[in-house]
Amino acid sequence: MTQEKEVLVDPIFNNNPITLQVLGICSALAVTISMTQTLVMCLAVIFVTTASSLVISLVRNRLPTNIRIIVQMTIIASLVIVVDQTLQAVAYDISKSLSVFVGLIITNCIVLGRAEAYAMQNGPWLSALDGFGNAIGYSLILIGVALVREPLGAGTLMGYEIFTPVSNGGWYHTNGMLLLSPSAFFIIGLFIWAIRSWKKDQIEAPEYEIAANVQYREVM
Amino acid sequence: MEHFLSIFVRAVFIENMALTFFLGMCTFIAISKKISTAIGLGVAVVVVLAITVPVNNLIFNHLLREGALAWAGFPEVDLSFLGYLSYIGVIAAMVQILEMVLDRYVPVLYNALGVFLPLITVNCAILGASLIMVEQDQTFGESVVYGLGAGVGWALAITALAGVREKLKYSDVPDGLRGLGITFISVGLLSLCFMAFGGIDI
Repeated sequence: MTQEKEVLVDPIFNNNPITLQVLGICSALAVTISMTQTLVMCLAVIFVTTASSLVISLVRNRLPTNIRIIVQMTIIASLVIVVDQTLQAVAYDISKSLSVFVGLIITNCIVLGRAEAYAMQNGPWLSALDGFGNAIGYSLILIGVALVREPLGAGTLMGYEIFTPVSNGGWYHTNGMLLLSPSAFFIIGLFIWAIRSWKKDQIEAPEYEIAANVQYREVM
Repeated sequence: MEHFLSIFVRAVFIENMALTFFLGMCTFIAISKKISTAIGLGVAVVVVLAITVPVNNLIFNHLLREGALAWAGFPEVDLSFLGYLSYIGVIAAMVQILEMVLDRYVPVLYNALGVFLPLITVNCAILGASLIMVEQDQTFGESVVYGLGAGVGWALAITALAGVREKLKYSDVPDGLRGLGITFISVGLLSLCFMAFGGIDI
């Protein structure tokens, strides 16, 4: 039980895929402009990562090493097709606004990264949990970014107005900068800073030691 | 001619794969510590993009799209849902072939690229360019120029970031921001700079 809990909870803060493993930043930042899109994207990623880890772990002993990447890609691509077709059938507007980003879940490094690093060595139950935990860790960061970007950028949350913008006769001056792509990088950078100030062991060792400044004594 | 030039400039600067679409970010951040490796990876991405986007364009237009199979006697078949599977298959196969060809004929470049070559398969920029090509419904000629432009834009961006990071390692960054955090913020600033190209229209 403890191992299962560890596999599930560890990726959320201690070993977060985005802030520590640098996986899966690719396709998802552009969707954090609106909360609705973000939630749909997160659900899709949770489904694909869990299912692909489960399936890959089930077939891991029958996979020849040379062609494993292609087989893994095929499994992941098939799962993404299922998600994409479901989205088009159930929520056509959202699937239109997500455009290419649903397809890009295939190359989301979290999915393949967890398959390679975990599912190829562990049993199906633990692998599925690991996929689920990592996808949750990823979703939390994404939701956090969207929670900053949408209200401050457009004054809305999931399409409902929470700060009435000046253009609608309210008081809030919308900050257009937060709707542009660079802001997502700044917000994630600050998130990393916050998490690392809390979990000190994640701080990276300096590559280059700066010598103490002793010049001023000579000047004096 | 002017039309193609406009597509190229648009793909390189205005709709830069890495800095406006956030595509290929994992590799972009992981492999940008040194300028020399960044350039090597950039070249590989340009080559792979310039080949796979046109090939996927041919596959989409002649096999997958609605009514594309009319030449084979199936005018109402729509296979576009198989798109993802075919594009990623083409990309994986192309990377594999490129690896073998380079190994046989240009061993210098092959050794320089090393481990990056197989990694390109899972670079979102490659699949992303193919998906954008399908979404914009480009013709074959347009897709050739677009693939090339997208690759050059990505290579330019990763080289620029590597340049920034090589200087950055001598600076005194707060503990928690060191490494990944400050890299994200530099990428944000770079991407802000690239937005200045937004007004350019040829």
